[in-house]
Amino acid sequence: MKENLHRFFRAARGAGVRVSPAESIDAMRAVAEVGLSDRTILRDTFLLTLAKSEDEKKALGDCFDLFFAAPELSQPSAANDPSEAATQDNAPGIQSSSGEPTENLGPLAEMLLSQDRAEIAAAVANASSAASLSDIRYFTQRGLFSTRVLEAMGIARLRDDLDELTASNPALAERLQAATEALRENVREAVSQALLLYGREEAENLRNEILRNAPLSRIEPRQIEQMRALIRQIARRLRERYSKPRKRQRRGHLDVRRTIRRNAAWGGVPFLTAWKRRKRDRPKIVALCDVSGSVARVSDFFLLLIHSLHEVVSDVRSFAFSGHLIEVSEILESKTAEEAMAEIMSKVGFGSSDYGGSFADFERQWMESVTPQTTVIVLGDARSNNLDPGADILRRISERSKRLVWLNPEGRMTWGWGDSEMPRYQTFCNVVRQCATARQLERAVSDIVATYQ
Amino acid sequence: MAEHRPLHRPLASIEAVESGLASQGYIASRQIATAVYLAQQIEKPILVEGPAGVGKTELAKAIAGWRGLKMIRLQCYEGLDEAKALYEWKYAKQLLYTQILKDKLGEVLGGAETLHAALDQLHDFGDVFFSKEFVEPRPLLQALEQPAGCVLLIDEIDKSDAEFESLLLEILSDFQVSIPELGTVAATVPPTVILTSNSERNLGDALKRRCLHLHIGFPEQKLEERIVESRVPGISEKLRKQLVGFIHDVRNLDLKKQPSVSETIDWARVLVLLQASELGHEMVKDTLNVLLKYESDVEATLPHVTTFVANALRQNLFG
Repeated sequence: MKENLHRFFRAARGAGVRVSPAESIDAMRAVAEVGLSDRTILRDTFLLTLAKSEDEKKALGDCFDLFFAAPELSQPSAANDPSEAATQDNAPGIQSSSGEPTENLGPLAEMLLSQDRAEIAAAVANASSAASLSDIRYFTQRGLFSTRVLEAMGIARLRDDLDELTASNPALAERLQAATEALRENVREAVSQALLLYGREEAENLRNEILRNAPLSRIEPRQIEQMRALIRQIARRLRERYSKPRKRQRRGHLDVRRTIRRNAAWGGVPFLTAWKRRKRDRPKIVALCDVSGSVARVSDFFLLLIHSLHEVVSDVRSFAFSGHLIEVSEILESKTAEEAMAEIMSKVGFGSSDYGGSFADFERQWMESVTPQTTVIVLGDARSNNLDPGADILRRISERSKRLVWLNPEGRMTWGWGDSEMPRYQTFCNVVRQCATARQLERAVSDIVATYQ
Repeated sequence: MAEHRPLHRPLASIEAVESGLASQGYIASRQIATAVYLAQQIEKPILVEGPAGVGKTELAKAIAGWRGLKMIRLQCYEGLDEAKALYEWKYAKQLLYTQILKDKLGEVLGGAETLHAALDQLHDFGDVFFSKEFVEPRPLLQALEQPAGCVLLIDEIDKSDAEFESLLLEILSDFQVSIPELGTVAATVPPTVILTSNSERNLGDALKRRCLHLHIGFPEQKLEERIVESRVPGISEKLRKQLVGFIHDVRNLDLKKQPSVSETIDWARVLVLLQASELGHEMVKDTLNVLLKYESDVEATLPHVTTFVANALRQNLFG
């Protein structure tokens, strides 16, 4: 039983529930208390001791159901054709009539011919643990593990038996052939189930790892949904890291007023001292996003990320531009990601970008939204189609703001080539970063938020 | 730990917990009963999460009432610290005593010939002022010192600062606290600890790891009917069914704050006071403010009242 519990914990980890050794010890103690007889109680017990949030409870519940679902064994097909009664009659019949060849058969062949389902299931389970099936991680390993399990069961001997029987007793050979096929089917299913149980997390990690490093501007349409999910995950992680109360005690500066008030009870003799605390600001962000051409996709994900950071940043205003600039904060707040992006695109998207003109638009209408607490983020490739770059306006924005960060989806090598105005803009920016993949995006946003901590 | 066991009245089974809580008017779901049973058996605190008003705090009260234990409650809030939760030195008393004992001190030290000897003598009773006498126990320390054990309710832990969680860790895992001047105070009988949280912020993993995690959501219809039955004895079965059915419909709406069990009970009491025998449109509209706590929610619900009442009445027909 202990072995089974350990396998369940491993399956739970595979389902994304973080099970620490201490928690597994608790779970085992708890299981020892409640016993194994009642399934619903066992389920509740695991949910109480292992899962520590609502999401985890759901994942673990599903995992429990899958794990303790009695593995559905497909009967050997031979037994399917005739009725149950006929099978019952046949089974001893085979043994008596073909007594001599059976003696030469290996244990696996005998087991298959006897059609004892429980025994076969047990044998598959044993072979699975012998082949350490719970180590399966990727779907590409399915064939490998099926072979291993079958080998552990003695498929080699079975093949020999089959060859011999084909010569000596063709009828029995046919039965055995059918039973073997059914067995293969069983093993395949056992392996698929194991993959579902133990491999989920790895598969997801692998996919996310690939996505994280893929250039945002060139991902395929079918991956967009997955990418959105990944961005949300990144946002959640950033929130958890930075949403702690931003208060830090600054020892060394006595808060005289609070000290006197607090010690009034004993005649102003300062037993308890109060120290000045400094409240940290939350980041205020003004984001200017180029939504022309290839930059559009990156802007899309960037805006999604910034706007799912409510707990961390107190104030975000977003602006989108290509030929001219508009404010898009409200569109992003009120609509779903897809609708919002479509609307923004229909309003300003797909023109040829005019950085100078867009900066001028911003200065004219929204310059007062930039305060000394604001971080201004510009996301764009700085390709201004040989129009006036408006670098002087960028300088004024930089002077008003706390920080000016430029995120460029293009590689550093191409900055300054062709119509790229990057070198000219770069002089006015506090930070310039390349930002083409989800990983770089996370880094960039994380750094921006961290400067306020 | 083994020597504490006999002091505990061992809990027979999960069913015993269920009926015990029911005797206090707390109708527990199977999951809640399992959690309470396990907490007792493997001596772990329970962390209860869920929306406001589903009976998280009531659970602690019910356990205390049923087992005949004292309940000690620590309400968490931002800025709660050691001095308010654990213990504090009685500064004023210490000060007073040094003043009163001034002469005595002079007498004792008068015998010493050198400064060194005086210092040695002072050391001998220096610890007097940092003894148990001068410790003001706050809820957490009180809970450990109860000779018969108790139920310790740490309410709304999510409202406290993250640092406060770390303070709790020692108590939650070992049922003891360390006071630098006195040493370690261990619990005579481990208290039953219930922590509640409204998920206002995510709690640390270290804290979660030490607890059984129980999520109480809105109860199912049948369970809620039983809860109303036990809490509002005067209500007729017909009205009870209609009322709970209506509330379940309301919960499906997209509201700022969904009505929880405590609102159901309040509403049931109101309807009983108004001597209603069954739900009526006018009455529901007049008393909707008992159920919903935001003006916008009331406005969102009003257009649906007719349908929901009709639903509730129909439900009654088929039981």
